[in-house]
Amino acid sequence: MKIRFVIGLVLFFTVLFIISCESDSSIEFKRYYSEGAQIYQTRCQNCHGKNGEGLLSLIPPLTDSIYFKNNKATLACFIRRGSKDPIVVNGKGFASVMPRQDLAPVELAEVITYIQNSFGNKFGLTEVDDVQRVLNNCK
Amino acid sequence: MNKVFFGLLAISVWAACTSGEKKTLPIYGSRQPVTKTVNGKTVTDTIYQTIPKFKFVNQYGDSITNKSLDGDIYVADFFFTTCPSICPLMARNMLKVYNTFKNTGNFKIISHTIDPKHDTVPALKKYADKLGVTGNTWWFLRGEKEDTYNIAEKSYLVAVSKDSTAAGGYVHQGYFVLVDKQKRVRGAYDGTDPKQVDQLIADIKTLQAEPDEMIVQ
Repeated sequence: MKIRFVIGLVLFFTVLFIISCESDSSIEFKRYYSEGAQIYQTRCQNCHGKNGEGLLSLIPPLTDSIYFKNNKATLACFIRRGSKDPIVVNGKGFASVMPRQDLAPVELAEVITYIQNSFGNKFGLTEVDDVQRVLNNCK
Repeated sequence: MNKVFFGLLAISVWAACTSGEKKTLPIYGSRQPVTKTVNGKTVTDTIYQTIPKFKFVNQYGDSITNKSLDGDIYVADFFFTTCPSICPLMARNMLKVYNTFKNTGNFKIISHTIDPKHDTVPALKKYADKLGVTGNTWWFLRGEKEDTYNIAEKSYLVAVSKDSTAAGGYVHQGYFVLVDKQKRVRGAYDGTDPKQVDQLIADIKTLQAEPDEMIVQ
């Protein structure tokens, strides 16, 4: 009887712990995502479009999950420093200049979280620590 | 007395009906009354401001003058290919105009670069290619910077209010300017606002339905 009670108690707290843990990170995700949406609207949308569709052969779309996966370690640098190098997105070459964006690490984390969980991407939360690590290694 | 009243009533009802049916677009710019004698009678006419002579080069390296647009309704704007802020948005919206009218004939779009140093003929061709623009409906024009600014500020942007003191004025502000077959400015629209661009498309259709010789006072 007593053992059952203890097991029950342990189970109860385990479940409670998991639930609160999950909602904690989900609140964090929602905060990053909604802040990121704002930044996207003011900084990115003119060129990359409301739905991340890009602009024909002029501006790359943000719908290529494989590109994001392969460039995880440099994306923050790319956004912050801009780029003049040609890139391949969705199998198509793009040679336009991406202008640099003066964003704080937390803003980069927010906008990356937004982009990487919109337009068909599902990468979850990118935290400010992740971005800081990437920025420390910008070439 | 009654007759006069009903007569006036009939006229006002008729006027209200016709103005509702046929929408006419305003004519912008300065206007001058001109009095001349026709068949012994004195007639007063109005001369409207029109787009003056110009000469630019398009993305194919062809020389384009005001004569190249004779008989066309056209939309003019000002941009540069490396503009990172509003130009892609303008291009996206202008593509909608292009795709709506590219097969109708007597219609053109001319986009003037305000950075002729960088936007050479090959650069303009590349830009057009990237936007999927072919044929001769949409020209990307290049000329002396001074000529471009002159025609922008003195001719095309007469419909835009002059409350801007920003450097470079409103040339940079992304307006789409609608010009009729008589080369008169009939509207200016914010090229970054999809709603205004939809209005532009509607107004082009209104202009297309306007009889060629029509003179609106």
